[in-house]
Amino acid sequence: MRKDSNFFILVGTIGLFVCINIFLMASGKLPFSFDGFGIILGAGLTLAIYSFLYKDNPAFKIVENLYVGVSLGYTIIITWFNFLKPDLYDPLIVPMFSKATTKAPQYALIIPSLLGLFMLLRFSRKLSWLSRWTFAFVVGLGAGVSIPRVISSFILEQIKPSLHPVFSGGETIFSSINTLLIMLGVISVLIYFIFSVEHKGAIGKVSKIGIWFLMISFGASFGYTVMGRLSLLIGRIQFLLKDWLGILQ
Amino acid sequence: MNFLKRTVPLIIAFVMGVLMAMQYYVPHKLSQDLLEVVSRWDRIIAGFAVFIGAYSLFHLHWTRIKRKVEGWGYSVFVYFGAIITLIFGFLNGGKFFWNDKQEGTMFDWLYSYVQVPAGATIFSILAFFIASAAYRTFRARTNESTVLLIAAVIVMLGRVPIGNYISHYIPAVADWIMAVPNLAAKRGILLGVSLGAIATSLKIILGIERSYLGGGD
Repeated sequence: MRKDSNFFILVGTIGLFVCINIFLMASGKLPFSFDGFGIILGAGLTLAIYSFLYKDNPAFKIVENLYVGVSLGYTIIITWFNFLKPDLYDPLIVPMFSKATTKAPQYALIIPSLLGLFMLLRFSRKLSWLSRWTFAFVVGLGAGVSIPRVISSFILEQIKPSLHPVFSGGETIFSSINTLLIMLGVISVLIYFIFSVEHKGAIGKVSKIGIWFLMISFGASFGYTVMGRLSLLIGRIQFLLKDWLGILQ
Repeated sequence: MNFLKRTVPLIIAFVMGVLMAMQYYVPHKLSQDLLEVVSRWDRIIAGFAVFIGAYSLFHLHWTRIKRKVEGWGYSVFVYFGAIITLIFGFLNGGKFFWNDKQEGTMFDWLYSYVQVPAGATIFSILAFFIASAAYRTFRARTNESTVLLIAAVIVMLGRVPIGNYISHYIPAVADWIMAVPNLAAKRGILLGVSLGAIATSLKIILGIERSYLGGGD
């Protein structure tokens, strides 16, 4: 009985959605074009996902899986057009097999191609060890590239403004207090994260201040994230009311 | 054989790590060219890595369909979405995939009317879950949790017109929280994370950290 009522709710909602769209197209509020059908599809997907707020249902699951599939297809196509085609196909494969181009093939690109193919051997039982060469290349490259850049961008560039003079002339008393607070916050947070020393006495008191700074930061991050998600929600409601139903102008 | 399976990867990681770390300090054209070439190679390898992800996802859903596990019918829509997108992507508006990407094709239509609305809606739905989780877990039991709660409320109110309506100071205090205590804590965390990243990178280059090699022989 309960299953039947759920089925009727689902069919009724889909029927209502179809009727609304027929009315919107017949009244000319939605153009009879690919863009018009796109708006209907977008609205349908949006409503199907929001239906999860009522409870888990087949419409939500279908859209969820469809989204995963479309995202996967999109990633493959974008990888081809943005990376593999300009970096591998055009400079290596085309000059090798096409007589129309005068460019010489860049044979050095065979090395990353082989490394890429080695990675696919992860699925072979006998040859999966070859994928380690690729992982070693990528991991070693990432480690080497990151060391000097992290030192420069995330350590030196972050320490510099933390050691800004409190009174260098021209600033207000509030900005001087803020400079001091930032320095206190950075030092106390760093001390809080030193776990090789017992947090007792002076260290304990400073690390306690660090916890307060961290709590304020976590609260601020939480508030910021909520507002970011709400702005997305407002965007979706605007889409439904403006682009689809045409209620908002 | 053990040399090829275990030692060669460690040599590759060491050589690449040292070479790229040194490259940063050599302001010569050759050094810049090396970075460009190696970055290009990295992009090509990343391109191949996408196919591993695709295979894993297809394999997972194919297994669900084959074994007819509960809800297997939904996995068909993963294939449907992926195949439709791939067909339109490779058709490339009639110019096919070996030519440059064309604008205004069915692939772009799918992006605009399926990918973007579904992605934005899924992320926006998190607003409800975050709010509901916060209602259930946020309790001003200790001084620290009270500080977290107050900071969150001020930042949220400071970002909407009602905050300014309640008091003109709320947006200013929200900005101050973001610019001073939040910045100080984030900077402290970033410094710690950076030192950790450098230590891990050094361990990888020197062969102390070998987890990326995986198990087995």
